[in-house]
Amino acid sequence: MIHTLFIANRGEIALRVIRTAQRLGIETVLGVSEADRDSLPARVADRTILLGPAPSSQSYLDVDRVVAAAVQAGADAVHPGYGFLSENSRFARGVIAAGMIFVGPTPDSLDAMGDKLKARAVGLAAGLPVVPGGEAETITDARLRSEETGYPLLVKAVSGGGGRGMKRVDRAEDLESQVAMAMAEAQAAFGDPRVYVERYITRGRHVEVQVLGDGDHAIHLGTRDCSIQRRFQKLVEEAPAADIPEAQHEALRQAAVRLTEHIGYRGAGTVEFLMDAERYDFYFLEMNARIQVEHPVTEAITGFDLIEQQLLIADGLPLGILQDDVKFTGHAIEVRINAEDWTEDFRPSPGTVTGARWPAGSDIRVDTHIEIGDSVPPYYDSLIGKLIVSGVDRAQCIANMAKALGTLKIDGVTTTAPMHRAIMADPRFVAGAVDTRFFEGLSR
Amino acid sequence: MSGEPLLTAEDVAEIIAILDGTSYEHIDVQTKRVSVRIARSGDGWTQQWQHRASEAPAEAVVVAEVKPAGAQDVEGLVSLRPPLPGMFYRAPQPGAADFVAVGDVITADTIIGIIETMKVMNSVPAGVAGEIVEIIPQSGTMVDKNDILMRVRAAPQ
Repeated sequence: MIHTLFIANRGEIALRVIRTAQRLGIETVLGVSEADRDSLPARVADRTILLGPAPSSQSYLDVDRVVAAAVQAGADAVHPGYGFLSENSRFARGVIAAGMIFVGPTPDSLDAMGDKLKARAVGLAAGLPVVPGGEAETITDARLRSEETGYPLLVKAVSGGGGRGMKRVDRAEDLESQVAMAMAEAQAAFGDPRVYVERYITRGRHVEVQVLGDGDHAIHLGTRDCSIQRRFQKLVEEAPAADIPEAQHEALRQAAVRLTEHIGYRGAGTVEFLMDAERYDFYFLEMNARIQVEHPVTEAITGFDLIEQQLLIADGLPLGILQDDVKFTGHAIEVRINAEDWTEDFRPSPGTVTGARWPAGSDIRVDTHIEIGDSVPPYYDSLIGKLIVSGVDRAQCIANMAKALGTLKIDGVTTTAPMHRAIMADPRFVAGAVDTRFFEGLSR
Repeated sequence: MSGEPLLTAEDVAEIIAILDGTSYEHIDVQTKRVSVRIARSGDGWTQQWQHRASEAPAEAVVVAEVKPAGAQDVEGLVSLRPPLPGMFYRAPQPGAADFVAVGDVITADTIIGIIETMKVMNSVPAGVAGEIVEIIPQSGTMVDKNDILMRVRAAPQ
């Protein structure tokens, strides 16, 4: 049994983990940077421990400091959330070596999946199709790869995630500058400058499968569609993925379960696929070995608490859910409310929130760490909250979301809420099955 | 544990279900740890939260904000300030050459550095043509909008 849980994260996901842990009677200790000492998660956690200065590199990303803080807290387990150290195997090993449980997969699984090149190889070994491409250590390698992939192509960070360190390159003459920029971003965000090159599928949908594994067996909790992205950052997610022929939909879910069992995966994970929007062929992209930002849409249609499942599995229990226990009800959409001005090329808008009226109602869930008077610091990502809305079907869900967005009012910082209103009103979105280029065609 | 359970989304939905049958415009719920206003908005509802700290704040470590020297404008020179608060980098990546150096002649479009804000790398164009006279922050310094990055002797119009 986990008695004291150390949360090695910040923002809405820290609060999300604290809520479930407190409901389960687990004491929560939050590691905070100097910028987050008065944050909502810090106010709600049972205890807080100062990790260090505001920049992530000296606080949330500092493996030794975070492990030391968890030890000092007397924690018997550490939840890493998403981002930061969640997929860092050195961190997981440090937690385990200090005698604590790492709430997540084994360090070996993290190694296999954290490095996207290894993940491709594992995917192939499990019999999953992958997109053509490979590693590019230097610009010369990238040029060679581009001969295999053609243009447009994608440059991706080997240790990447969340769209950082990822660049689309349309012309050979842009390759050098884009590879350099991707390497710089990858170094800054992940401490690893390595990149690889992949063919860009022009009409692709981003479809992913939520899985749970206990090391022996795995189940899926259905699909999510996250095709609405800007510069590879997800903006809107929904569950289940709409308008996929049932045979292909089931093949996708089974492929994800096969991969999860193939690597003896333990915990909650997400298997991401790129799906051809017209032919429904799919390619394995990567496995995210952690909880995802968009996990609430899966919770909304299945009724399971994924954080609770993570904690149960971390406790060493076999899966408590059978595949047949998983039933899907209705449709759910999540929009990410970011402190950014979408009319100014998504310029970040840090500052102090002077008003925070979120929608409320029986079909509505809000995961946010921002209340009146809270600050949005410039050091971290711009997510200030997630609005999750359900409906009996997709059409009703979109109508409910549009209505909810109509009542949302955040003052003091500029948010992406107006963009989401435009997306909900876009006939292409309402029709469904949009590809990842949707955003380029969105009218302001 | 914190002693008092948090209000959940289900609790809020129940309160709304009760209010829906009434003519009340809003309700304020206050406990030791939280206050929430649930209010009508058109034909929907909104929620506004405020949580108080569950314990005395952690030890009060005050970190002095160290501002880069020379944040004052200098007559005859144009001060280049960052478009956003964030981490200022003078080079595109560690080990690479700086974007610009003192003495460089630049145009308004010349990239003089990168500001990393909310994990996004934003290129910073000079915005003015001329010659760079001084570069103030080291690479990897936190700057805000009032700080001066560089001083430029503007080219004659």
